[in-house]
Amino acid sequence: MSDEKKLAIIATKGTLDWAYPPFILASTAAALGYETQIFFTFYGLQLLKKNPNLQVSPLGNPGMPMPMAMDKWFPVIGTAIPGMQSIMSSMMKAKMKKKGVASVEELRDLCVEAEVKLIACQMTVDLFDMDSKDFIDGIDYAGAATFFEFAGESDINLFI
Amino acid sequence: MIDFNQKLDASGLNCPLPILKAKKQLNSLETGEVLYIVATDSGSVKDFDAFCKQTGHNLLESSEADGKYHYYIKKS
Repeated sequence: MSDEKKLAIIATKGTLDWAYPPFILASTAAALGYETQIFFTFYGLQLLKKNPNLQVSPLGNPGMPMPMAMDKWFPVIGTAIPGMQSIMSSMMKAKMKKKGVASVEELRDLCVEAEVKLIACQMTVDLFDMDSKDFIDGIDYAGAATFFEFAGESDINLFI
Repeated sequence: MIDFNQKLDASGLNCPLPILKAKKQLNSLETGEVLYIVATDSGSVKDFDAFCKQTGHNLLESSEADGKYHYYIKKS
């Protein structure tokens, strides 16, 4: 066994905002010399799509800052208007670009480059009839036992 | 002013990109060589300190001037 530190992450969420923590932490850990694995399950599988087109929704999310202080005066029900989600997602992506925040795809590429191991939950792939052709290359498909093989000897385990 | 071998301009980039790009560029340096980094992310001050502590590289200098942050990292 190497004395390299290890980080194991479970990524369960498939929205634009929740895509960041796993990829930021994994890429940074790799840069610090950690051997890192991310296990993607349920909605987290969206983060492995070739073209993720991730969205963020203000619906049911009172913590989300909105442009023009809309979160203060815009009625909550208004966030359910058709098209609202894609508008908010585009605005969020534009804001991130302006602030020099990396795109999810860019961070994911950096993870792959740094040899972060990406594992897709086979059960979820079957459950949602997902096609492995839609996912990026170089990922593994496995189950819970495989996760524990690595997680059991990891220094840090995160469920995101 | 410290002599350096390579420079990385990480201006405009936000966490964790300055660290990731620095790490990548350090890979191309020889042991003992110095990487000079310019960044605008204020969070990078603590981050470069933590990065060097954990990786063993030597943070020769960390300073701020004209709203920019300057780091000199000696590869170990």
